[in-house]
Amino acid sequence: MTTETMRDVHRATTRGITAYRGYRPPPGMISWALHRITGLGVLLFLLLHIVDIFLVNYGPDTFNELLFLYRHPVFRIGEIILVAGLYYHAANGVRIILIDFWPAAYRYERQLFYGVIAVFLAGFLPTAFLMIRAMLQAGGA
Amino acid sequence: MAAVRPHIGRERPSGGFELYSWYFFRVSGLLLIFLAIGHVVIMHVINTVDEIDWQFVADRWNSPFWRAYDWLMLFLALLHGLNGARLAVDDYIRPQGWRVLAHSILWTLAIVFLIIGSIAVLTFDPSRFETLAQAGG
Ligand code: HEM
Repeated sequence: MTTETMRDVHRATTRGITAYRGYRPPPGMISWALHRITGLGVLLFLLLHIVDIFLVNYGPDTFNELLFLYRHPVFRIGEIILVAGLYYHAANGVRIILIDFWPAAYRYERQLFYGVIAVFLAGFLPTAFLMIRAMLQAGGA
Repeated sequence: MAAVRPHIGRERPSGGFELYSWYFFRVSGLLLIFLAIGHVVIMHVINTVDEIDWQFVADRWNSPFWRAYDWLMLFLALLHGLNGARLAVDDYIRPQGWRVLAHSILWTLAIVFLIIGSIAVLTFDPSRFETLAQAGG
């Protein structure tokens, strides 16, 4: 044990859980957890979406009647979160693939993750702006 | 060199089904960047839920291009996503019996949703509702 971790353990045992305030997750953990959560979240929506599109086969009346759901503000905010998840998953997926096929890239792991965040924001900010504007114009909020 | 490489992501599997799965994630992922993000931009940003209704879908699916696009996206996203759920199952569910059950559920979902999704994309025929659509405006 290094002196540092010994000090941490000592603090943790004498002052309780708050001594862990300085804890940082190991590199890669956050990007991985987000990748998994966004992947599963998008999958959940995909299953729902297949069911609603199946209903086009029941004709305009049935389909249009159910659209009030997707136009509800709660759904529209969920839709924006869904798009955020997809954008993150796609950007981080490219980073994973890059490291897989170009092994030396692991040395730039941190920089690549900042790149993922930058690409994500560059895509998501204009998207969110347009979606929120449409939502306000529809008077949904 | 190789020895000091830290673990980033998942090791590439050495063969068999897991290696195919590994490649499938990457190939389908790269295609989905265009398919899924293109879809989101067209259907959620440029058009929104305010414009999209039954008639919108009917007009769009007049074109074989969009039907092919949507079907390819359905196929890739469903298998990529459910195969990803399988990775999560393998991480969190240890007992063999529960694992078999969870895998069976995932592959059943894959088959059922592939079938209902394909029925929707491939067999939809708006002319069946022509009179209805006109009556509804
Ligand atoms: C937009 C382009 C996409 C890219 C570039 C991409 C890329 C990737 C990559 C590289 C992996 C890692 C596979 C591995 O560990 O071997 C992955 C996992 C996954 N993807 Fe995607 N993907 C995309 C879209 C999607 C979509 C649309 C869904 C949902 C339907 C999805 C759901 C998942 C899931 C659930 C996992 C498993 C995550 C885990 O538990 O480790 N992905 N993706």
